[in-house]
Amino acid sequence: MNNFQYSRAGDVADAIRLLAADPGAKLIAGGTNLIDLMKENVERPSRLIDISRLPLRDIEETADGGLRIGALVPNSDLAYHPLINQRYPLLASAILAGASAQLRNMASVGGNLMQRTRCPYFYDTATPCNKRRPGTGCSALDGLNRNHAILGTSKSCIATNPSDMSVALAALGALVHIAGPMGARSVALTDFHRLPDDKPNLDTILGRSEIITAIELPPHSFPRNYSYLKIRDRLSYAFALVSVAAAIELEGNAISEARLALGGVAHKPWRSMEAEAALRGQAATPDHFGHAADLLLQGATPRAHNGFKIALARRAVVRALIQAASATPQSQAHKKIA
Amino acid sequence: MNAYVGTPTSRIDGRAKVTGAAKYAGEFSADGLVHGFVVEATIPRGRIVRLDATEALKVAGVLEVLTHAHRPPLADKDEAWKDEVAPEGLPFRPLYDDMIKFNGQPIALVVAEEWETAKFAATLVRIDYEQDGFATDLEAERGRASEMDKPHKPRGDAKAALAAAALRHEADYLVPTEHHNPMELYATTTVWEGGGKLTVYDKTQGVQNVQKFLCAVFDKKPEEIRVLSPYVGGAFGSGLRPQYQVVLATLAALALKRSVRVVLTRQQMYGLGYRPMTIEHVALGARPDGTLDAISHEAIAVTSRYEDFSRNDTGWAEQLYKSSNSHFSHKLVDLDVSTPCDMRAPGAASGVCALECAMDELAVALKLDPIELRLKCYSDRDQSEGLPYTSKQLRQCYARGGEAFGWARRNPAPRSMREGKELVGWGMATGVWEALQMPVAVRIVLTANGHAEVSCAASDIGTGTYTIVAQVAADALGLPIENISVRLADSTLPQAPVEGGSWMAASSAHAVLGAAEEIRRELVHLAKAIPGSPLADLDAAAVTLVDGMIAGNGKSGAAVSIPDAMRHSKLERIEKEKLNQFAEDKSHARNTHSAVFAEVKIDEELGVIRVTRVVSAVAAGRILNTKTGRSQIMGGVVWGIGMALHEETVMDHRFGRIMNANIAEYHIPVNADIRDIDVIFVDEPDDRINRLGIKGLGEIGIVGVPAAIANAVYHATGKRIRRFPITLDKLLD
Amino acid sequence: MADITDQIPERIPINLVVNGARRTLEVMPWTTLLDALRDRLDLTGTKKGCDHGQCGACTVLVEGRRVNSCLTLAVMKDGAEVTTIEGLVKDGALHPLQQAFIDHDAFQCGYCTPGQICSAAGLLAEGRARDADEIRELMSGNLCRCGAYPNIVAAIEQAMSRS
Repeated sequence: MNNFQYSRAGDVADAIRLLAADPGAKLIAGGTNLIDLMKENVERPSRLIDISRLPLRDIEETADGGLRIGALVPNSDLAYHPLINQRYPLLASAILAGASAQLRNMASVGGNLMQRTRCPYFYDTATPCNKRRPGTGCSALDGLNRNHAILGTSKSCIATNPSDMSVALAALGALVHIAGPMGARSVALTDFHRLPDDKPNLDTILGRSEIITAIELPPHSFPRNYSYLKIRDRLSYAFALVSVAAAIELEGNAISEARLALGGVAHKPWRSMEAEAALRGQAATPDHFGHAADLLLQGATPRAHNGFKIALARRAVVRALIQAASATPQSQAHKKIA
Repeated sequence: MNAYVGTPTSRIDGRAKVTGAAKYAGEFSADGLVHGFVVEATIPRGRIVRLDATEALKVAGVLEVLTHAHRPPLADKDEAWKDEVAPEGLPFRPLYDDMIKFNGQPIALVVAEEWETAKFAATLVRIDYEQDGFATDLEAERGRASEMDKPHKPRGDAKAALAAAALRHEADYLVPTEHHNPMELYATTTVWEGGGKLTVYDKTQGVQNVQKFLCAVFDKKPEEIRVLSPYVGGAFGSGLRPQYQVVLATLAALALKRSVRVVLTRQQMYGLGYRPMTIEHVALGARPDGTLDAISHEAIAVTSRYEDFSRNDTGWAEQLYKSSNSHFSHKLVDLDVSTPCDMRAPGAASGVCALECAMDELAVALKLDPIELRLKCYSDRDQSEGLPYTSKQLRQCYARGGEAFGWARRNPAPRSMREGKELVGWGMATGVWEALQMPVAVRIVLTANGHAEVSCAASDIGTGTYTIVAQVAADALGLPIENISVRLADSTLPQAPVEGGSWMAASSAHAVLGAAEEIRRELVHLAKAIPGSPLADLDAAAVTLVDGMIAGNGKSGAAVSIPDAMRHSKLERIEKEKLNQFAEDKSHARNTHSAVFAEVKIDEELGVIRVTRVVSAVAAGRILNTKTGRSQIMGGVVWGIGMALHEETVMDHRFGRIMNANIAEYHIPVNADIRDIDVIFVDEPDDRINRLGIKGLGEIGIVGVPAAIANAVYHATGKRIRRFPITLDKLLD
Repeated sequence: MADITDQIPERIPINLVVNGARRTLEVMPWTTLLDALRDRLDLTGTKKGCDHGQCGACTVLVEGRRVNSCLTLAVMKDGAEVTTIEGLVKDGALHPLQQAFIDHDAFQCGYCTPGQICSAAGLLAEGRARDADEIRELMSGNLCRCGAYPNIVAAIEQAMSRS
């Protein structure tokens, strides 16, 4: 870990001021990802601005019937919150599929959105990596890429976003509220994370002196027909090879609304309006689910070791939709996949 | 005796471990303790051209940066670096010269007042290399393999018999590199005692091995270095040889004349020993009825450029399966990597895995039940030497394990059993290991208050040595176990070999018996010397120690209490030390065996594998402690599950670097991966192997487990995965 | 090299209530709670197994919640109440989880054990685990290389049934 200065922000404006004053500064809340990366010398901030005591811990109903979640709500508190459990169980399930109980107790909602890739070359400072050191090259392209992206990749980077929570938030159409020197703004979660393009060092659209203040969930909550299905190399405490957030609304056996997002396959949670549109108005059958999966995976490109993800993702999408349609969501504790 | 031996006695070190009182190597403190942090090489082969520590030395709190060019003397003679379990070759010497032999090699030690300072300053050390061409890929270099040792003599003509066999199965099985990853980081605290004396707390499986090694490397007298490892946070073979941080901590202590602690990072631990990647080629030739005509097993394994590490991967078939023709070979490919080392059931875990998968494949080809095939070929003799076994209840393992598992209900057809979307697979395999025993000395100090201290240099790496030593001592001395205290893992204590190979239980237990017998003789002598002693007329051999008394056998009721006997002679303590050596007996083979049964449930579409049940039936002589013994086997099963499904050290051969040198991406099983594990100890009386009939349990628990799971995966899916670990992508079409 | 020697931060005084006792110490910004406990307060019961939040050996309770102390900066916990394995013993009596771990032989080498027990204490306080599968899942952040998992689950079930 490098030597750095420590400041504690008194309020959001203070945090923004401190950020603006020191180009090498970073915010810290739960610290679960940042401290890890600092110990690897991947992140070397000149200053940490402690925002953990800012009053951004409320979960409140919005006027339109949605929920506004303070950026500092710990992941576990969010997952177990009665309003989330009752109304947005997809989100609760996705959160509980990630990390460990300890890490979920520490990690904040805002920090979860900021977590960086698990690409081994990003972590190993002895190897080239465009995300860590722009211009050095991508070691994964022709290296070990079993757990790398199949969608939205570029010649610069094939890293994946490791968050589970973000996948559910993408499916639910969440908004990210941001404050910065120029005032407040909000963006759709699906626009918050970037594709790598030629600037893989930038994971998100968050400006240098900006801070996430809240996540907003729209009223559409999919309380009944949903599933978060995470496929990984061991049954818990591992990053996704592929994960699926599936949520539908049914009228009879017909799908009136559908949401699908994939994790573990791209630089950001992967959604396709086309795939979701294809489900609307259709009967909830495996064939239709398969068609939607194909649309969602359109353009998927394998590298040497991750070709299996395409077939796996397709099957996982179908299965998650079957689970959603039958109102038997995947349990994160009982490992049998119904 | 027999109040404690054979019972489910709780660990005597349990309270220390559950309260955090147990101190491990990196937790001992000393006045003025400073911290070393290792700088490691980032290339696999070459030379250090320039090593610039200027910036690091500027950091406040940094005391010293030791390098090959700037350090106290280290031994130049090769022999000094050879520890008691070193393989053939020239051992690696940290900070010895400018040569880089493997990625992750330590090339500097930054010493600072605080650990974080040293860690930070280590990032400021600048190194320029001259990189040489290198090779790290076993499969690419397979053609360079050279024959190392023949574990067993060939019998007959396996090649001809294979060619003539009615049925032949032949395949390569690949076991990847695996790392021990004990939970405790590799650590040493070297305490500067003044006057050139050092006390070294080291994470080791052999304090006396380390002590002798350090004395040779630093040209010290035996009394100048004392090594301790009272608690070891897991080792599994990684602590058999001295780890490089013990050299560095001691080097820094000598340089600074201060106490120094060096703890490696989890990543740095990957620069030390590991289970070598091995290609196991097995060929079996059989008759239609399952009679084996030929067994051929060749292993091709990784070693380093500087040492030839090899273990007995092949040849286990000689213990298990009758065949008139056999051929075994072990080849090595030297690569630009560090030397492998022993890892739980070295050789057998990999070799028997391949053999037992091959046997399963043969059973399928022959349309025989896998147990039936194994019983058809069952060998009552170790064929390599033509010896009978001291005991071998493997048939009982098959029978009892199979019964507990419900094997009879298995539909042999692959893909025939399912539950909903999951395919169900049942597989089995045989395990085998050696029952070794080594010379160990034990000292017992009995005090007149009826307490005894038992001491020995042996380590307890979690295996339960503290507890079994106490059990055997309590029984032999006729004292309650609460009156026994055990001191282990101090190089000044009576001699013990490294703790490994499953030999410590039998070896230490009999050493305790030997010392206890000396105590008994002394007590009988004292008791008889009391005027009017009720034992006066009894033959010494007819007097035992029981319930705190020196008592005549049988119903005479003649007895003298231990305190009375000692106080009469004004003795406060009796101290006896005895080296136990087992009489050499080459007339019988000595082995432990197991039959492992595994159930897997595999999502047919998604490939997700769950190991829902494992039954391990073990024949390992007398079980000293059924509670800790069961735990040891259970732990071996968990290791086997990891080996089957999870564990693989992944290297990018373009860089010669390990890319998952952590325990997030190097997967070992987590709690959610482990379901029901049923351990059965098959009754196996053995009065030939040693007095107590003990064989040892440390290794046998893992052997056979990976194959049982692989065979279950085949039974579930019809897919035979021969490259371990069996990850779900290998099951997707 | 802007981040080296020219601007060494001051040590920062913090207060912690550790196992019920108020402790004042001065830490650097980068001192983790784990290193503060082990190296400054000599509470070595809390273990360092990976230093990256991957093994759970460093688990302690902060304000009653289980966290990885290796990824927690001490300075950020100024004023917090911290319970370590050493604090679970009350008046010399073992915590029911500690006793259950002994009863069920839920450890071998003992190195992951303090983290397992603190994690289990957090689990009991959370009250989310109702069956063995849920215990397994919610204890999966604590690796045990000796493979004591079935015994760990049994020990927690014992403590749960008695609490």
